[in-house]
Amino acid sequence: MSIEPPYTLYHPRWYRRRVSVWWWLQKRSYTGFVLRELTSVFVAFFAMVYLWQLHALTQGPEAYGQFLARLRTPLFLALDTIAFLFVLFHAITWFNLTPKAMVVRLRGKRVPDWVIVGLNYAAWLALSGVVAFMLLRGR
Amino acid sequence: MPPTVALTVTRYRPERESEPTRQTYEIPYRKDWVVLDALNHVKDNLDGSLSFRWSCRMGVCGSCGMKVNGTPKLTCATFLSDYMPGPIRVEPLDYFPVVRDLVVDLTDFMRKLKQVKPWIIRKEEKAPAEGEYLQTPDQLDTYKQFSMCINCMLCYSACPIYGLEPSFIGPAAIALAQRYNMDSRDEGKAERLKILSEHDGIWQCTFVGECTKVCPKHVDPAGAIQQYKLTSATDWVKSLLLPWGTR
Amino acid sequence: MDLCTCDVLVVGGGGAGLRAAIAVAETHPKLRVAVISKVYPMRSHTVSAEGGAAAAIKAEDSLDAHAYDTISGGDWLSDQDAVEAFVREAPEEMLRLEHWGCPWTREPDGHIAVRPFGGMKIERTWFAADKTGFHLLHTLFQTTLKYDAIQRYDEWFVTKLLVEDGRCQGVVAIELTTGNIQAITAKALILCTGGCGKVFPFTTNANIKNGDGMALAYRAGAPLKDMEFVQYHPTGLPFTGILITEAARSEGGWLLNKDGYRYLQDYDLGKPTPKPVLRSMELGPRDRLSQCFVKEQEKGRTLEGPYGHYVHLDIRHLGEKLIDTKLPFVRELCLKYVGIDPVKEMIPVRPVVHYMMGGIHTDIHGATPLPGLYAAGEAACVSINGANRLGSNSLTEILVFGARAGQAAAGFAAEQPGASPALAAQAQDEYRRLEESFLRKSGGKERIATLRADMHQIMEESAGIYRTELVLKEAAGKLKRLQERFQDLSLDDNSYTFNTELTAALELSYMLDVGQSIIQSALERRESRGSHQRADYPQRDDERFLAHSLAYRAADGAPRIEYGPVTITRWPPGKRVYGR
Repeated sequence: MSIEPPYTLYHPRWYRRRVSVWWWLQKRSYTGFVLRELTSVFVAFFAMVYLWQLHALTQGPEAYGQFLARLRTPLFLALDTIAFLFVLFHAITWFNLTPKAMVVRLRGKRVPDWVIVGLNYAAWLALSGVVAFMLLRGR
Repeated sequence: MPPTVALTVTRYRPERESEPTRQTYEIPYRKDWVVLDALNHVKDNLDGSLSFRWSCRMGVCGSCGMKVNGTPKLTCATFLSDYMPGPIRVEPLDYFPVVRDLVVDLTDFMRKLKQVKPWIIRKEEKAPAEGEYLQTPDQLDTYKQFSMCINCMLCYSACPIYGLEPSFIGPAAIALAQRYNMDSRDEGKAERLKILSEHDGIWQCTFVGECTKVCPKHVDPAGAIQQYKLTSATDWVKSLLLPWGTR
Repeated sequence: MDLCTCDVLVVGGGGAGLRAAIAVAETHPKLRVAVISKVYPMRSHTVSAEGGAAAAIKAEDSLDAHAYDTISGGDWLSDQDAVEAFVREAPEEMLRLEHWGCPWTREPDGHIAVRPFGGMKIERTWFAADKTGFHLLHTLFQTTLKYDAIQRYDEWFVTKLLVEDGRCQGVVAIELTTGNIQAITAKALILCTGGCGKVFPFTTNANIKNGDGMALAYRAGAPLKDMEFVQYHPTGLPFTGILITEAARSEGGWLLNKDGYRYLQDYDLGKPTPKPVLRSMELGPRDRLSQCFVKEQEKGRTLEGPYGHYVHLDIRHLGEKLIDTKLPFVRELCLKYVGIDPVKEMIPVRPVVHYMMGGIHTDIHGATPLPGLYAAGEAACVSINGANRLGSNSLTEILVFGARAGQAAAGFAAEQPGASPALAAQAQDEYRRLEESFLRKSGGKERIATLRADMHQIMEESAGIYRTELVLKEAAGKLKRLQERFQDLSLDDNSYTFNTELTAALELSYMLDVGQSIIQSALERRESRGSHQRADYPQRDDERFLAHSLAYRAADGAPRIEYGPVTITRWPPGKRVYGR
């Protein structure tokens, strides 16, 4: 049983703002987030280089030598450096965010975030140490 | 002359305008005023036609969410002194349709809230006369943080995914679903998973993390969503490996 | 689905309203129940309640003990049959909430924990940290989402009750988002609109507590009962009026005057002990504690600050661990709004208006004298709280009587015919009134803020903790003049879209009606009982005033007071003794 007013009610139009294509430049944390997502491109790049390396290994010492020479060109070195920085960014942001996803409970109490982050970094350092030892020992 | 500060407020009167405009008011500055006090001063003394929502003025009802200088905040808990010398810009929350001035439409959220089934689901209910379901303080602790959500919508306003994909269920709704999933009295995990593992559920979230940053009650919705992703992924793997053994 | 009619309409989406809606949906699943609220339900003021909800569950507790504490706390003005029903149904209602998911704080073994509270001899207050109302309301609201039968009208503002053929048959309401004014008919109506704290300037209450339902019922012919009993909560923050829960005192906090002295011991409330003793000192009833503050102020022993006089609440000796476990919200509020850390400093507090014991007159089933109209929660007066409410009884009250009113209203609605055709004309009249008096009005020179400030001043001066005849008489006259000035109101906002100036004006008109009933009831009760203290009649007078005051709206709009009996069953009136 609605009341009909003697004139037409104005139908309110709800205003919907458009989200700009440059939304990710509006805040530092948004820009950081987009850069973090972009690191996946460079992770993929490293994966490609690794596959290329494996392929070169199967082709014999000469092909492998060519591969190593390619890696030493200035263009590749530059690319590698940029990719390495991005992957480092990827690793650090990943470790720092791990405790959000992984909640460990010991004897009913939640393990503090810094422990989880610390353990991740420790494991990373340890593994890197082992790899570096194995690589450098051979020289 | 007592100090004053400029308050710039978004106005939108759909009967006269097709787009929001801005209006600036000069208001007295008081050390213990919050932005809400300033808005009320405008409404009482300068311009009675300014519309905004508020109620408890102590940060627990969730009505007064607005953007202050670009960041979503509860205006009843945001002090003018943090923004001096001003000007202070007050706008309606992002990513919700603006109904009028600083009032936005929340029906999208209300619908999504219902979708995630935020109630205790059990195969068999005990009668109240049989006493309480036992729950240790540690068990309460596992979901307590996620139960603190006041539905203020600041997280939706901070989430760029919600802005780009309005069908995303959103941080508060998923955090609430996780609150019930982790409640030892609840048995509805599987039912909620069906809804939340769809395209607009948890997998739309790319862990920007802004929702947790703006949450005034430290609910950590981003954490809730990532935890949910982890458990739902492991549950899926388990169901693949042990199709008969899953609960 | 037809938007405009239902079987049971619940006005107000707080604890009582949502509980009533669930009760209808569960006991009469075929009925259509709708909840109409001027804010989204999770914004209702139930959300601010902190301390806890009382129900007798401990082995050494008993229903009779809970009943006696409530009745003596109410200074024997409580209807004892209602109190007996209340204490009997309380434990089951609270367990039902637990089953619905409410995160009650637990003992280490998993059972529900209880804490001591003011005025109670035995610990029986269930709590969820110190955000009990918040958890209660959200649990209830999320549980209502389970029932498809419950329809909601969110952000619809009720302006009038429709009464025809001698029964209440619905409401006229404004849909705030569009400004659409619509009639919603129902076979039974439950008013759960909460109290009216905003009639006073310093209150713990939210902006939405304007006594809407009370004024609506009053204008429809139902009487308001015991309106003179306004509870002042002893510990509210100065300036904002934000509540510092009684739990701070029940965990062991002390009230100190400017000399650091626990002044309550001077007022027959017991002797100070290091650990809190129930029904003694800081765990006395709220009305007595607020009165002690006024007496201390008269002696010049309170501190004075930029926002008036105050005393200190000291919880430093409780330790950081206890405060963070059991009083985290208190710490948060103090840090934010006063800039002090209660772990290290004392909290400035003063009495502020908190609760309205009075309300719409109902029986123990929530029915008002107007057929079809029910009420529950703070808006109603059953009365179980009598002249003074004990802390933590209110959250239980909304559950018990919300459920009772829901069931009773559903039973009534199941037997009613459909809406009367004459309602359309009434609704049209209301629409015209809103247009002419507010939206399309020209001229007028009064502003809402001025009238509201004047009302606040009148109420603060005349209906404070201590009242006198002359001041009350003058106040009645002043309020009458305010009502006349209200007719000359002018609004800046005449739009239809979310017009909050219109709602503020309507809320002010409700508050003026409610304020008048408070003043008149206080004027005619010439005795002191519970929270109504007359400086000129300082004694309790059971011969003349062991009765409920009933305020009816006379033809000229002023309240007319009659008296109704108090039901006494097993506890004859005695002395209120605390601290011994």
